[in-house]
This record gives sequence, C-alpha cells and structure tokens, in this order.
Amino acid sequence: MSFIATPLSMHFEEPLPLQGGASIHHYDLAYETYGELNAERSNAVLVCHALNASHHVAGVYADQPRSEGWWDNMIGPGKPVDTNRFFVIGVNNLGSCFGSTGPMHTNPDTGRVYGADFPVVTVEDWVDAQARLLDRLGISKLAAVLGGSLGGMQALCWSLRHPERLAHAVVVASAPNLNAENIAFNEVARRAIVTDPDFHGGNFYDHGVVPRRGLRIARMVGHITYLSDDVMNQKFGRQLRDGLDLKYSTQDIEFEIESYLRYQGDKFSDYFDANTYLLITRALDYFDPARAHAGNLTRALAASRAKYLLVSFTTDWRFAPSRSREIVKSLLENQRRVSYAEIDAPHGHDAFLLEDPRYLGVMRSYFESIAKEFA
Amino acid sequence: MSEKSTIEAIARLVPEGARVLDLGCGDGALLSYLQQERGCSGYGVELDDANVLACVRRGVDVLQLNLEDGLAMFGDNSFDVVLQIDTLQHLRNAEVMLRETARIGRLGIVAFPNFAHWPNRLSVLRGRMPVTRRLPYQWYDTPNIRVGTFKDFEVLAHKNRLSVRDAFGLQGGQEVRLLPNLRAGTAVFCLEHV
Repeated sequence: MSFIATPLSMHFEEPLPLQGGASIHHYDLAYETYGELNAERSNAVLVCHALNASHHVAGVYADQPRSEGWWDNMIGPGKPVDTNRFFVIGVNNLGSCFGSTGPMHTNPDTGRVYGADFPVVTVEDWVDAQARLLDRLGISKLAAVLGGSLGGMQALCWSLRHPERLAHAVVVASAPNLNAENIAFNEVARRAIVTDPDFHGGNFYDHGVVPRRGLRIARMVGHITYLSDDVMNQKFGRQLRDGLDLKYSTQDIEFEIESYLRYQGDKFSDYFDANTYLLITRALDYFDPARAHAGNLTRALAASRAKYLLVSFTTDWRFAPSRSREIVKSLLENQRRVSYAEIDAPHGHDAFLLEDPRYLGVMRSYFESIAKEFA
Repeated sequence: MSEKSTIEAIARLVPEGARVLDLGCGDGALLSYLQQERGCSGYGVELDDANVLACVRRGVDVLQLNLEDGLAMFGDNSFDVVLQIDTLQHLRNAEVMLRETARIGRLGIVAFPNFAHWPNRLSVLRGRMPVTRRLPYQWYDTPNIRVGTFKDFEVLAHKNRLSVRDAFGLQGGQEVRLLPNLRAGTAVFCLEHV
C-alpha cells in the first residue's frame, strides 16, 4: 500500500536568467513532498527526474490507486530512501508537460502559447530553478540530491553549481556528458518529431493537432536504447504475434517486439508534449560540466564539496559503467569522498527504475549512513 | 582475514593520517579501523556485491571494480599506502597488480597465505593438499588461484625492483620474525620503490 501524494505548485515572479541568454518570469514549478522536514531542516532530499518523468516520485494520488510515482520502489516509508527519516522533494522541471511551466503554457509577454518559442533550458537552468524552490521552502542545505540518468546529471550539476547546499550527491545510471552515439539517438527522435506534418513548426497547439507519428517514433527509438539486447530477446525474442505463420507483409505488425514498440509509442504520444521532448533531449545533449574547462572533467569537479555515491548497471549501454567511472576517476583526482557500485543487472538503462536487491540494498545502506549524520 | 589482532598487526604498518587504497578490501573492516584508530582516509576496491554493501553500511568509501581490469583509474603515487591484503592469491595478473600497487602507492603492503607454513608442508608430504583454517578450501574448489610462499614473494618483489622495507609472518595475530617461511600462516610484506 502506498501513501497518498499531493501535487503542489509554487509560482515565481522574479526572472530566472537562463544559460541561453534569455530569461523566464511568471513561471510555476510543480512539486511534491513526502515525510517531515525536521526541526534543524537538515533531512531534505531533492529528487531530480529523468527524461519523461515528473515531480510525482512516490505514493499514489487519492482515488487513483494505480498512479504510483515513478520511483515508488525507492522512496517511501521504510523504503531505501525512507520518508520516515527524510523529507523528500520531487520537482518537475521547467519546460516539462507535467505541471511546471512549459511550451503549452501561455507566454505572459505575448498572451500566446509558447509553443516553439519556449526558451531552450539546460540542466544548469533546472538546477537554478530548483534552488529557488528550496529557498522558498526554507531549506538552505540538502542532505542529498538524488537522480537517475538525466536526473543524475542534475545531481552532479547541483554538486558543482551549489556545492555548499548539499551534503551528498547520488548519481545513478548517468554520465558526465552524452557521447556522439547518444546525441545521434536524440537527433533521430527530434527529426521524427519536427518532420511530422502535424508539428507545424512547434505551434501545433493552434492547429488542434499533435505530432503523434513523430512522438511515437521518437519513443520507439528511445525505448530500444533503454533495454539490453538480452532482456529484449528474453521478453520478445523472435516471437510472432499471430502464432507461427509469416504473413509476408512489410507494414503489418508481425513480431511481438514490433507490437510492443508500437504500443509504447502510442501510449507515449497520448501524454507527452512534442516541444518538451525536443527541449529535454537538447538539455541532455548540452550537459557537459567539463566544457568550461577545455574538456577536463577533473578540473570541472574541483568545485565539488559533496560526498558522492555513483551507481551504474553493467548492461546499460546508453549510460555505460565506463561513463560513471569517468566521474569516479575525476572525483578521486580531486580527493573527494566517493563510493561506486557497479550493479551486474541484466535490464540495461531501465535497471535504475527496477527492483534489484543489490541496487536497492546499496541505496538503502547509503541513505542509512546519511541519516546517521543528521540524527 | 578480519580478526582483530590481524587487523591491528597490518594497521601498525600504516602511517597515521595516511591516504589509503585497499585493493580487495572485503567488508571494509580494516579501512574502518584505519579511519577510526589511525586517522586515515581512503577507499576500498571490491568486486563482491555483499562486501560492497557491507562497506557502504560501515561508511567506508568503496569502489566496485574488477582488479583484473587493471587500475588505470588511479594515478601514480596518488596514495600514501596501497594495501593488498589476502587479494594476491585470487588474481590472475598477480605480478601486474604488484607493480600497480607500487606505482599507485608510495608504500605497498601485501599479505597472503604462506603456503610454506609447516602444517601445509606436512600435508603435502603426506601426499594431500592442505586444508587448514587459513586455507580452508579443497584443491578443486579453492578461489585461491595462486599459492606462494614467504620466500617466493621475496624473489618476486626483487624481480620487480621493489625494496622490502619490512617483512614478517603472522600467526594467530602475532608477528613471527624467526623463520617466518616455516612458522607463519600469513606472509606480510611492506614494499617501496627502489
């Protein structure tokens, strides 16, 4: 049984300067909190979300029993990130389609929907917006910032951009930047969306349509990369959907994997915003803390003060263990405190969201050790 | 090998406040002791999931890496002390790892089961591979893929141009300095670059 989560929203008036040079004002951040902030305000854990997630990290909404948060196996009473001890904050990023101000909202300066005009936001921008939310909540220092994948990049960014404001950075299934192959996958996804005839240069809201075909293909490509070859073979193999016979068609669904990908694509295109997908994949492409240091990650991480836990999964080929080890190496060169778990899990990148006793055990133990620090 | 007396005997070789890398750190007991009793800092390297978990639980910084993949992650002389306690015997590339230990640490401390300990010799004389408290496995299911002796290691250290700063045996947690090759179940070497 999960607890009841309540979505909240905070409105901000003061302009937020963005990395791209623009600034944004009159924006809302959607967020949720679980557990109680202690008297010293020292037990807060910020959870940063990945690509298609949101502030709804754990628990269920009242009257929606199947609405578990996306990290409900990790966060809650008695769970690895124990909300009996920690005050957990989930926050939805700017540009998202899940409650925080994004492309489908009205631009107060023009009175029109942002659409393609929503400014390009970066991981740094998200972190700065999150910092303002914490200011409002009266939290000057976090016990930990936790995130997986793109969320892990935010956790890493937090530790460099606001080093005095967190004690621990927990970076799961992440990387110090995307490699060319990753950017290539993002580009395929973006081209699928922008070349959809229903995209209308990003202003499809005015036309009452959604670039569904593009979103479907973007999701199919993404989904393939989140799984491992082994898991995909195990789940689908070469199974045919309609029994044993080939249909000698080229456009029908014949293999089970085709059916699955189309289902995932359809589901995604029902709820995800095309402009948001473009923005988020761009933020992923851009993230590279070493860029300002001529590519030297060790110099970039010199700003860090936090203690780190990094976790990677052996079959994750999108954010491979070697990418996490780059971060570990640079932290070692800066003589920072760091632990690193390389979980031998079969599931690929998606493993960071799944049940794995070794993974959840490491997370539980690490958060127990954090809890001891402020107990 | 995490008996208290053994941990203490090894810890005495580690200077106060040293920055330590413990290769094959097991459950982190030694590092935890070094942190608490000798003001050391550092990391353990460990492959086994349960051991990694035990380290995290103790608050020992641990890196889950396979030593057989090499130690390129660690820079030259980046640690005061590199420990290799009961690790050497599990490694395929034992000689490389010994050289790496010397490259990464200003001081290397290596301990391993001494196969020349007299009960082992007796057992082999009787025609059987030894099964003892220190070498508790049958020959066909032992995780120890290298068995060497106190004297063998001296030769290997010299071959790799490492100078032996100190060497002794350990038996029941006590230092053995007289005939350690015969009288001690564990060989301990403290090494420096020449």
